[in-house]
Amino acid sequence: MSPLDFVVLIGSMVGIAIYGMWRTRGRQDLSVYLKGDPNVKWAAIGISVMATQASAITFISTPGQGYQDGLGFVQNYFGMPLALIIVAAVFLPMYRRLNVYTAYEFLGHRFDDKTRLLGAALFLLQRGLAAGITIYAPAIILSTVLGWRLDLTIVLSGLLVIIYTVSGGSEAVTLTQKYQMAIMFGGMVMALVVLLMKLPPNLSLTDALTVAGGFKKLHAVDFSPDIKQRYTFWTGLLGGLFLSLSYFGTDQSQVQRYISGASLREGRLGLMFNAVFKIPMQFLILLLGVLVFVFYQFERPPVFFNEATWNSSVHGDSGQRLRSLEQRFAAIHAEKARLIRAWLDAKHSGNRQAAAEAHAQAQAALDHSEGLRAEVKTALLSADPRAQTNDTDYVFITFVLDHLPHGLIGLLVAAFFAAALSSQAAELNALGSTTTVDFYRHIFKRDATDAHYVIASKWFTFLWGLVALAFALFANLVENLIQAVNIVGSVFYGVVLALFLVAFFFRWVRGTAVFWAALAAQTLVFVLYFSINISYLWYNFIGCAACVLFSVLIQTTLGPTVTPARTLSTP
Amino acid sequence: MKLRADNTEPQAGPPERPDSIPDQVTGLPWFDTWRGVYVFVFMSFVIWVGLLLALTVAFS
Repeated sequence: MSPLDFVVLIGSMVGIAIYGMWRTRGRQDLSVYLKGDPNVKWAAIGISVMATQASAITFISTPGQGYQDGLGFVQNYFGMPLALIIVAAVFLPMYRRLNVYTAYEFLGHRFDDKTRLLGAALFLLQRGLAAGITIYAPAIILSTVLGWRLDLTIVLSGLLVIIYTVSGGSEAVTLTQKYQMAIMFGGMVMALVVLLMKLPPNLSLTDALTVAGGFKKLHAVDFSPDIKQRYTFWTGLLGGLFLSLSYFGTDQSQVQRYISGASLREGRLGLMFNAVFKIPMQFLILLLGVLVFVFYQFERPPVFFNEATWNSSVHGDSGQRLRSLEQRFAAIHAEKARLIRAWLDAKHSGNRQAAAEAHAQAQAALDHSEGLRAEVKTALLSADPRAQTNDTDYVFITFVLDHLPHGLIGLLVAAFFAAALSSQAAELNALGSTTTVDFYRHIFKRDATDAHYVIASKWFTFLWGLVALAFALFANLVENLIQAVNIVGSVFYGVVLALFLVAFFFRWVRGTAVFWAALAAQTLVFVLYFSINISYLWYNFIGCAACVLFSVLIQTTLGPTVTPARTLSTP
Repeated sequence: MKLRADNTEPQAGPPERPDSIPDQVTGLPWFDTWRGVYVFVFMSFVIWVGLLLALTVAFS
């Protein structure tokens, strides 16, 4: 990175943080600190909801998914529009009617304290883990690629987000997310424009899509009923529905974003904004990765995208073998590029048979080069058993650093950090709020002033920031990063969602039944996660279905209760 | 520290909040009801899936 890139990066990140702190200075009202500006409009809510979900992992890892596996990952979001409709129609009116600060307060209203605390505790556990991953994930990639110290990258970015989140609370989070989102979109659009300009001059967009499609990168929708397959229409629709319903309906980091606003309308429209635009946004980010794949069919890519891991092994005992594999990879790449051009020429001239033959040969060359990449990974692993051989997360950042002009590199790295800060801020804000409202205020100190709770919330937010920083400093991930976050969420989300679904739709079930059902269902999910191999999205469904079923069975066993359920009708 | 028992003792919480704008009002030019908004959002989802399916088929 050049000095210009650093000016763009540091100027934008620190500038937005300072602006957020300055605009929200001196707030003492608990409602404003925890919920944000009461007059916030739907567009700001919509952007805030989107920015909270779109972490740095989205912008770094998703193009890598597109490069490696094509568009199939977009199916993960198929359940989201339906989930957001349910949240807008059922969950949001209830939260606003009861004027709650956290989603788990609602469980206290509907059931009892132990169920409220269980819901809040499950949230703190999974979101506390995820907050660490959210800080660690971009830091490990950016520090590796840019040559920065990992611990310093984690601590500096973590401290920046802690300072403005503690200072301004929810209002500062929403305010800064607007500008951070602008940087994210600006950066991604510029990357797409530069990428299209860098494709070979005689390669049209249709040709690029033909190449991508020919190598099965445009297989966006798959109706396969195989439950072991990670991304299909069905896992996306059903698993994605439960994951999204749980995330948007019951995860405080999202609930906190949309319960403010002058009226129910603002929150609903903010959610509908996301329901309409999330799938096309994810599609475009994945398409960016697919087009990077096409670009690298004509421009030779590194044989292994994590340059730091490569360099550490290539100068050791395995160097000769790795160099040899790299040379063979270069030779097969040149041959593959020639075959792809022959395939496209035959297609343009209408010679179907020649096109089919050239396509088959190009596919064989691609398989050969992928085989060489697999050999490289084996060699790296034998040189260093601790080496990270999954280089998918390094694909897009490598493209950015190698092929974008200076200034734009700074903008793209700023976009990655903006995404990281925006989601971290919402997470810390939610962790601090839940600890304050559901534990501290509810159990330990019920009758203090707003100013007291604001100070308490600031301290809890600060402490959660330190916990996330500590987790990030000691984390060591093996999965693709975006999947790691989704896996952690999927293991817990189903049960938390079930607590809310039972509350809404099984009015005769009481707190004791749902409490023990939740514990049993969470245990079942843990056992299944460690014993069988199915797509992690199914755990959302399994956890939720098990908890609902157990609740009904336990309540049936306990018999009807004497006390009628408290009426919580939706307006 | 006293935890409230199973739904026998209603919990004291913040007062319910009256919204400044009636809940039924969407404030949108083309949709008078929320049901209409939800149908629009659902149809946009169907269209996105249809377009993605078309892309899958066209370039497979």
